[in-house]
Amino acid sequence: MSAITSGEIKFELSCPTPLPARDTILLGHGSGGKLSAELIRDIFLPAFENPVLARLDDQAIVNVNGQRLAITTDSFVVKPLFFPGGDIGSLAVHGTVNDLAMGGATPLFLSAAFIIEEGFSMEELRRVVNSLRRAASDAGVNVVTGDTKVVEKGKGDGLFINTTGIGLVPPGIDLSADRARPGDKVILSGSIGDHGIAILAQREGLEFETQIQSDSAALHTLVARMLGVSCGIRCMRDPTRGGVSSTLNEIAERSQVGIEIEESSLPIHEEVRGACELLGLDPLYVANEGKLIAIVAPEAASAVLTAMRCHPLGAEARIIGTVKKEDAGLLTMRTPLGTTRVVDMLAGDQLPRIC
Amino acid sequence: MKYLDEYRDHRIARGLATEIAQSTTQPWVLMEICGGQTHTIMRYGLDELLPREIEIVHGPGCPVCVTPLETVDKAIALALRPDVILVSYGDMLRVPGSHSDLFRAKAQGADVRIAYSPMEAVKIARANPERKVVFLAIGFETTAPANAMAAWQARSEGLTNFSLLVSHVLVPPAIRALMVSQTNRVQGFIAPGHVCTVMGCAEYESLVRDFRVPIVVGGFEPVDILAAVLMLVRQLEAGEARLENQYVRSVSYQGNLPAQQLVGEVFEIGDQKWRGIGMIPQSGLRLREEYAAFDANRVFDLGEMSVDEPAECISARVLQGLKKPTDCAAFGMRCTPENPLGAPMVSTEGACAAYYHYRRHAVVKQEKLCQQSLQAK
Repeated sequence: MSAITSGEIKFELSCPTPLPARDTILLGHGSGGKLSAELIRDIFLPAFENPVLARLDDQAIVNVNGQRLAITTDSFVVKPLFFPGGDIGSLAVHGTVNDLAMGGATPLFLSAAFIIEEGFSMEELRRVVNSLRRAASDAGVNVVTGDTKVVEKGKGDGLFINTTGIGLVPPGIDLSADRARPGDKVILSGSIGDHGIAILAQREGLEFETQIQSDSAALHTLVARMLGVSCGIRCMRDPTRGGVSSTLNEIAERSQVGIEIEESSLPIHEEVRGACELLGLDPLYVANEGKLIAIVAPEAASAVLTAMRCHPLGAEARIIGTVKKEDAGLLTMRTPLGTTRVVDMLAGDQLPRIC
Repeated sequence: MKYLDEYRDHRIARGLATEIAQSTTQPWVLMEICGGQTHTIMRYGLDELLPREIEIVHGPGCPVCVTPLETVDKAIALALRPDVILVSYGDMLRVPGSHSDLFRAKAQGADVRIAYSPMEAVKIARANPERKVVFLAIGFETTAPANAMAAWQARSEGLTNFSLLVSHVLVPPAIRALMVSQTNRVQGFIAPGHVCTVMGCAEYESLVRDFRVPIVVGGFEPVDILAAVLMLVRQLEAGEARLENQYVRSVSYQGNLPAQQLVGEVFEIGDQKWRGIGMIPQSGLRLREEYAAFDANRVFDLGEMSVDEPAECISARVLQGLKKPTDCAAFGMRCTPENPLGAPMVSTEGACAAYYHYRRHAVVKQEKLCQQSLQAK
């Protein structure tokens, strides 16, 4: 590198070499973004290749003696274990119930597996288990089997829970991420970013106080009401990890359509907006645990929306966008200024910016 | 949200865009310096609102992007030492060094922690007396006071396990370097509002005078940037070159004097290498001799790392405003935010990454049109 002398400047090209192929698991592989998708595409799909898995929906739907059975599984590694609006126990029920509900299934049974770190407080375990029991009973599902493993001190992070859920899909319902068609409406059931920001505010190092509560909730009764008024619902997803952006990007990709959302129509609580501004985060990438996105045929949108608004978990529901033919595979957003931009899927976790 | 919504108001923004169009009679090339401003321009598609005559080019003001490769390599080497806790701003973790990045170091067992403020690193040092805590202190003048405060605090507390790996860059020498370049195209600058909140405006006077170039200190919301563009266009059309301040709600002429004093007490000015550009004399900050005990470069035996980099991407020309990110053959194909080939693709504030995240649809459309016209021929 030569220094710049006065009067003449010599700019030198200076580029890093690209990093070699990914050879280790990074935290980003669990973020629900592009790295997670790569992992599924490169490692899991080829290993277990079958048409049910290939649908890549939140739940598998299989035919057993003429009945359509929905199966899903989810692991919960949330930190802290207790947060405003919920805890790992209730979350473990809501997450799995919602994954079943997004396929239109009526949730019936759950399994619960606990991986506990040596030295974990018995009192906290009781609190978590009680919360899980309450959430399951509120959702009308039974925990019918389970498992316990204890790992050495330092080999786990307090407590991890895995739940598997089984439900039945009523006849005539066929929801999948590849069914979005140009002209369809994108409906969001309520405000975004609440869960992610509630969790973030509890983490050490972030010294800000907020009243934001996680939106963790079981959505199956809302789904049942929606399916009850219309057969025009093409697809439903709960925008958890990776937020609304990742979910809509996935649908756009799977259906090979463009999705355009309207920035001004996004319901975001003032406190969540404030926290996101402060932390340099985009609420479109922040996790939700009690919200759903529905892709609905244009003629059915109004009936579905009305039904949703009559349910407490859908009171703030609104149309946030439209499916279109152009820009296949991309999510775009109309800004309040009338311009359009891409809303990309993130590689890994959203990183706070320096300034 | 007060003080934000007003500056994102579409009626005001459109009104300003109309005024800019009415005031423009000929082509002008303007550069915004700060990555935060680049981010806003791309996120809101502000360049789409401007008349064709106004070309916005993007400056070297993304602190993450211009941090030299050697600094990233040193941070990774430090993080991998079992006795070290490396604390960093979040967006430095994905920045590739020569062979790895801090995320990978973390996956290999390195203790890497994300902080919003260097004071958190001081706190970690206090709580972990048996470990050595290093803060990766990068950035422009904006982050310098907080980094200086961390060193000052650690020194007054007598902490012996805290140090800073410093890579600080200064804006005015970079503007000077751009202006003396024979290939320079920039005719007016939007100066970085947050840098000026700390440093004030005075040091931009000589740039305006020496190069007869208008400079407007601008904010970061859409209305701020459009207002700054209008102020520049009015000066250029009138043949004037003055220093103006659009970001008056944050920036005063003299800046934040106590912050400047602290920075001066802890840091001194030195030559600095910029990733994507090269060495610019007197364009960086390093810790003063009195703070040698808090300088990771001296506390640890890191040696002189010299990194050879292949001249593959066009980042230097992008950072000078000579090329648009989309002029690069690697853009979006071989060079993406997941696998960046050059500095501006590294952080979301880098020009290439901003184009990639927010503009890909326009690029795709352009490519399709090109292909169609080729096929038609």
